[in-house]
Amino acid sequence: MIRMLLIKYRQLAAIIMLSLLVAFTAQAAENNTSSHPVPSKTEETANPSSEAGKFNAGEMIIEHIIDAHEWHILTWKGHSVSIPLPVILLEQGKLVVFSSAHLHHGTEAYNGYKLEAEGPHKGKIVKVKEDGSIDEAAKVPLDFSITKTVLSLFISVALLLILFLSAAKRYTANPNRAPKGMQSLLEPLILFVRDDIAIPAIGKTKYMRYMPYLLTIFFFIFINNLLGLVPFFPGGVNLTGNLAVTMVLALFTFFITTFSGNRSYWVHIVNTPGVPWWLKIPVPLMPIVEIIGFITKPFVLMVRLFANITAGHIILLGFMSLIFIFGTMSPWIGIAVSPVSILFGVFMSLLELLVAFIQAYVFALLSAIYFGMAIEEHHHEHAPEEGVQP
Amino acid sequence: MELVKVDIGLLFWMTLTFSILLYILGKYAWKPIMKMLHEREESIEKALNAAEDAKKEMLKLKAGNEQLLLEAKEERDALLRDARKVKESIIEEARSKANEEANRIVENARESIQFEKMAAINDLKNQIASISIEIAEKILGQELTDKEKQHQLTAKLLKEVKIN
Repeated sequence: MIRMLLIKYRQLAAIIMLSLLVAFTAQAAENNTSSHPVPSKTEETANPSSEAGKFNAGEMIIEHIIDAHEWHILTWKGHSVSIPLPVILLEQGKLVVFSSAHLHHGTEAYNGYKLEAEGPHKGKIVKVKEDGSIDEAAKVPLDFSITKTVLSLFISVALLLILFLSAAKRYTANPNRAPKGMQSLLEPLILFVRDDIAIPAIGKTKYMRYMPYLLTIFFFIFINNLLGLVPFFPGGVNLTGNLAVTMVLALFTFFITTFSGNRSYWVHIVNTPGVPWWLKIPVPLMPIVEIIGFITKPFVLMVRLFANITAGHIILLGFMSLIFIFGTMSPWIGIAVSPVSILFGVFMSLLELLVAFIQAYVFALLSAIYFGMAIEEHHHEHAPEEGVQP
Repeated sequence: MELVKVDIGLLFWMTLTFSILLYILGKYAWKPIMKMLHEREESIEKALNAAEDAKKEMLKLKAGNEQLLLEAKEERDALLRDARKVKESIIEEARSKANEEANRIVENARESIQFEKMAAINDLKNQIASISIEIAEKILGQELTDKEKQHQLTAKLLKEVKIN
């Protein structure tokens, strides 16, 4: 059953990856065509309605997707309304804290720091010299700022804590009663994680050890995917589509798998049983393959979630950009195109709702499968079937 | 590509926050929730089992009742049969006893009749003897001369002597 689901899911992933590719090429094309004649300034391009003719869909989309030192809410009559966030820099053992409002969206330097708008360090905070030019010799300071993504992470974690601590209280307050309210919304999902992810993948005897982690990643990814689809302030941040975030999640899975691996798991990697000796002895072909698989698993987890969620955001924003791209030709064309864009946007949003759930499910399921493989007791007499490869 | 750049700051915050989230949820949410879910499932299972047991018990009781009823019916029938037998035997006995009694009475009567008869016969014999003696006396006294007359007299006397 899991295999079938993976195959099904693969098709969906393929479609989404393809869309991602298309979106990327589109964005690259946009950059090539529009960034040459007009020297792009981040703030202006992120503001589609103020200056017709300068709209750059690619940059707008990327702006929305990547991290930032401020939380841009909207642009009103040429002024951007955004929440300034604290900048925390670590430079030569010194901690520097100031508000990102001082950086004025990268147009001004503050205390010798500037938000780079161009070049290889675009979006980073760099050192500047006295005269305002960028200090190329100085190293880029380590940036531990509470960025847009970090703040959104805090908000979602707070939300998760409120949700589940209150649900837990309800459970302990009236035991052995039917679930009520929020509890009855969460309980089927909790049972789903237990009965359809943990128990089939890990086994009835040992699944309890991994339940806290599986439930946490499932709900963390699910809630953040959903929050990412909300276009207004606390939502809309591409958190689960950020490579750093998915990397941390994948590393958690990787380390838990590695630390819970039993003897037969390691034997399988180093000296795979049921394989002809000549695949191992002169050239350690099988161990190499196994070690590649060992490393690929978390890598694939990381990339899958990142690519799926980012692709969804790009497509949605792409459809919305169409209105403005046509709007720059003539407002009437823009108006004419908008129903189509909105229709596709709604369709994509619905698809993304599904993807939000599927990605959370797949991440938790694959993690569970890896844990199950790590603790499985193999019988070495027969050639065992290799685990489900992602 | 800004899209695939990994920021050390975000990596740091994510690791820290996620670890804290994992710890707090693991300790204060998942543990009690999983425990309660397990307990509730167990209690439901137990309740269902109890209901099943009760149902079985009921069926058993019902079957027992029916068995009892059947036995009672049989016992009643047996009792009735016995009673009827007893009644018949009593009637039979009474009848045979009555017969016996009747026979005995008849026998007694017959015996006593016989007895009376014998007594009467004896009495008669005695009377005959005495009468004979009287007759003989008379004959002897009157006319013992004539042989003819003797015979006639004897005949006449004998005629007179009628046995009741």
